[in-house]
Amino acid sequence: MKTLRRVVITTPLLFVLVSFSVFAMMAAAPGDPAVDLAGQNAKPEDIARVRSELGLDQPLLVRYWNWLSGAVTGDFGTSYSRRQPVSELIGARLEPTLSLALVAIFFAVIIGVGFGILATVRQGGMVDRFVSVISSIGIALPQFWVGMLLVMVFSLQLKAMPATGYVDISDGFAPWAAHVILPALALSLMPAAELMRHVRSSVSEVLDKDFVLTARAKGMLTRPIYFKHVVRNAGIPIVTVLGIRIAQLLGGTVVIETLFGIQGLGTLTVDSVLGRDMPTILGVVALATACVLVINLLVDLSYRFIDPRTAQ
Amino acid sequence: MLQRKDAVVSAPRKVRGESLASKMFSDLRSDTLSFVAFVFVSAVILIAVFGPLPVSTDPNQLNLRHALARPSSEFWLGTDDLGRDQFSRLISATRVTLLAAAEAVAVSLVIGLPLGLVAGYFGGKIDSVLSRLNDALMSVPALILAIAVVAVVGPGLTTSMFAIGVVFSPSIFRLVRGSTMAVRSETYVEAAVAIGARSPRIMFVHVLRNIFPPVLVQISLLIGIAMIAEANLSFLGLGVVPPEASWGSMLRTAFDTFYAAPFLMFAPGLAIGLTVLAFSQLGDGLGGALTGKKASR
Repeated sequence: MKTLRRVVITTPLLFVLVSFSVFAMMAAAPGDPAVDLAGQNAKPEDIARVRSELGLDQPLLVRYWNWLSGAVTGDFGTSYSRRQPVSELIGARLEPTLSLALVAIFFAVIIGVGFGILATVRQGGMVDRFVSVISSIGIALPQFWVGMLLVMVFSLQLKAMPATGYVDISDGFAPWAAHVILPALALSLMPAAELMRHVRSSVSEVLDKDFVLTARAKGMLTRPIYFKHVVRNAGIPIVTVLGIRIAQLLGGTVVIETLFGIQGLGTLTVDSVLGRDMPTILGVVALATACVLVINLLVDLSYRFIDPRTAQ
Repeated sequence: MLQRKDAVVSAPRKVRGESLASKMFSDLRSDTLSFVAFVFVSAVILIAVFGPLPVSTDPNQLNLRHALARPSSEFWLGTDDLGRDQFSRLISATRVTLLAAAEAVAVSLVIGLPLGLVAGYFGGKIDSVLSRLNDALMSVPALILAIAVVAVVGPGLTTSMFAIGVVFSPSIFRLVRGSTMAVRSETYVEAAVAIGARSPRIMFVHVLRNIFPPVLVQISLLIGIAMIAEANLSFLGLGVVPPEASWGSMLRTAFDTFYAAPFLMFAPGLAIGLTVLAFSQLGDGLGGALTGKKASR
């Protein structure tokens, strides 16, 4: 019941709240898009015509309602500067960003969970100390700086991977992977570092539980204990951290795409800001918000699969 | 989260003859790593306040004949593409960077602290409305919202860090709300109610004094996160406006001349990394000192 309410009411409500705030903010921005679009020698009646074409002569709430009812069907309006539907602009830039984010999440989980568990196996040992240092450093460094280091080592010194650009996965897996690995690594460092920390603390907490002792007493081997009991019980904090970090990861793509010259949603956002293209910015913010909301919902729903006790 | 609550309940209230500050300091001194972090943070703050004074070279002085010079006895950290001395820029950027981070944290405190107190103290409808707003704010990626704000008001460190502060406020709000709920039913709050103290006084005097330690820890952590955010925004060209420099904008310059002078990226990057590290270690140390146990790492 609670879940249903959340899907039907709370999540859409949050989306409306955020998108309306951003919409109102954009509408309050100084400057008049109708004047800009009508051209330099436009007469007042031309400006008025452009204004009514854009719907800017209507009250804010009506404009928002029109935008929202369009947005629900995937129509985010038309870009001011490019005279192209925002949904087309976003669609064309979606693949690079999606590849980058998914590969980064993959790296973050592998590195974060892997090292986190390794650290608990030998608590206080070399690996443990290494993990604690790496996780502190990983959180303290800007992602783009790590990206620059990676480029310096792997592209300029070793010449193993390209420093910039992006190749569609449909043009071959190997070139795609070569272009995605470095930026995704840079992007994954922060979430990986945070995951390491949480995995380490939650796994070592679970290891002290009675059921682990029981499993050991039954003569269960260490590895099955980890995979059957520990990961399942430590799963909730891990998934929660991952859910929270995804919002940050989406923000991080903006910087990483700029650094690696990837034409994705992030660079689209920066270009739109510099060109004051409000409909596109609004579209990107709305899309990012929707993503975060859906992911948070999935994270909450996943709890009962990871640990059925939470279903009550 | 649980640990934070512990921190509230067992937070040392002012013991006779020993103030909270002096207790925190003596606890910090017993933890070597945190003490090093404390010294480092103090040094950075001193540089931010007095730093530009002893620097002889003007950080914005162009010197095209020495553009992209490697580090030498004349230019300790080399020069950028316009021949500006990197060392004096690094020093003068300290103030800009630290002020930007402080601004973001101050904004998040001004928003998150009173609202968190109100939500935690009164509970009920007020709490659920505020918590819902908080959820909404948390569902926008911080950097993307800051970028949207820059789109409206134009580039500039003050406006973009203000936006960052707004996006950070949920982390203060949640902490303050939770901590307030935890101390709400303590005897001293009941006693204050019984002697007829008004709600604002109870919240801002009695409750705030007792939940302050974990908030202080959070502030220390947030300063580090805000510095990273500043670096990101200035890297995108949406933060500090040239010729003024921040550590983030110095990295942008380093990126623009990456192939010609890769050494330029190291000093500002390390400055950011070490300072963020020091602030977060200091936060952990303070947290450990205040809860009476070592930080769980």
